[in-house]
Amino acid sequence: MDRSQLKFAKTDEWLALEGDVATVGITDVAVEALTDLVYLALPTVGKQYKAGTPFGEVESVKAASDLYAPVTGEVIAVNEDLPNNLDWLSADAFGKGWIVKFKVAPGTTLDHLMDAKGYAAYWDTRAH
Amino acid sequence: MSLLTTPLHAWHQAHGAKMVEFGGWDMPIQYTSIMPEHHAVRKAAGLFDIAHMGRVKFTGPDAERFLNHVTTNDVRTLKPGEIQYSLVTNEQGGVLDDILVYRFPQYFLLVVNASNRIKILDWLEKQRGGFDVTIEDLTAAWFMLAVQGPLAIQLLAPLTAAPIADLVYYTGTETQVLGQPAIVTRTGYTGEDGFEVMLPASHAEELATKLLEAGKTQGVLPAGLGCRDTLRLEAAMPLYGHELNESTDPFTAGLAFAVKLDKGPFIGREALVQAKANTARPRRVGLQLAIKRIAREGTEVFDTTGSKIGHVTSGTASPTLDKSIAMAYVPKEFAAVGTKLEVDIRGQRVAAEVVKLPFYKRAT
Repeated sequence: MDRSQLKFAKTDEWLALEGDVATVGITDVAVEALTDLVYLALPTVGKQYKAGTPFGEVESVKAASDLYAPVTGEVIAVNEDLPNNLDWLSADAFGKGWIVKFKVAPGTTLDHLMDAKGYAAYWDTRAH
Repeated sequence: MSLLTTPLHAWHQAHGAKMVEFGGWDMPIQYTSIMPEHHAVRKAAGLFDIAHMGRVKFTGPDAERFLNHVTTNDVRTLKPGEIQYSLVTNEQGGVLDDILVYRFPQYFLLVVNASNRIKILDWLEKQRGGFDVTIEDLTAAWFMLAVQGPLAIQLLAPLTAAPIADLVYYTGTETQVLGQPAIVTRTGYTGEDGFEVMLPASHAEELATKLLEAGKTQGVLPAGLGCRDTLRLEAAMPLYGHELNESTDPFTAGLAFAVKLDKGPFIGREALVQAKANTARPRRVGLQLAIKRIAREGTEVFDTTGSKIGHVTSGTASPTLDKSIAMAYVPKEFAAVGTKLEVDIRGQRVAAEVVKLPFYKRAT
């Protein structure tokens, strides 16, 4: 996945939109900050989520965090092999580490999300 | 309030440590991440800055009698060079701190938790009336480092004047390390073989650097508080503020071995006699979870009918066992190994089973 084509949420999810399908994962820097991942909870296919609501959880030795839907939509696929291969999240966060695909609601815009440059600048403003 | 720093503070930063506040000190939580540092200790060795631990020296004709009065174990049984795990309890039998008592030919030493150092110093000051004892806080002037793991002995022996291979577990010696006056003990908080070294603060960096240089091609790493917690949890060692506090008595905590009720009067004895007689008290148990989610401190524990029966005091992902483990207090009738329980993790009921403690015991 070409990072420059991605959009980013303040809650550290990335999104790639192709047609009306949004592939979503968590950013490499967020995975690195969590360190030592132990658990990932995926949503159920068919479930609807509103933008900004939790759709899953990722847990590391350090802490458990919710994953937030960056857009409103319906889950049409989940990366079922990922919970047993959590190293994919750190090794290939924007590729094999994808978490879920949403069919986005009609009229969805991505204006509330950041581009790669904006996210990198935002990340640097936060304490890790 | 500004944080206290150890003599190794700049060294930690130079080695890429992520620093956090712990017990009033600015300490390294990790240099890389918890997993590799944890495995380094189990398979090679890890170097821990433990200079935040309080070290208090006792001299004077009544030093032994005073320590026997303020601690639960029997100080009189210690021979020079021996060390004992003990507790400082209040009149109600609650644990003020868990400590190590060291006896050397000329003095006693107490090593106390960083977070409790001031509380314990104040407590000792209040109790010393009628005892001819001098109490001296060595914490700032002396550095303390733990080298833990199967390679610890080969890293430390060349730097030490005394033959440390001769030390048995829970003994120590006054010797020289790097030519400096030092105390070396065969103790630790990891469940692994290892040593703890005290020497003047001026030689902290030299000690850490030489140990790391000697072992870095064999996988030795500087290790932070993050893996110190996962290591001690696998070894089922209690941590003050988690398994232990002022409202938990030592019998509930499973520390009866450190309480000698027959040694004569000491602070808290009457309350502890009653605590021991109360066989209905909860028990400290080990839990192993069915999935990898972590049951963190405060997680509620349920029986299989859904009744709340207890709470978790510490939990983590065990790097050695690759399982989610926790320690919890539960009623006696749920404490047997094999008992099926449940924990509530962020709204999800997760199956857990009572397992034998410690979770990990090294092959000897």
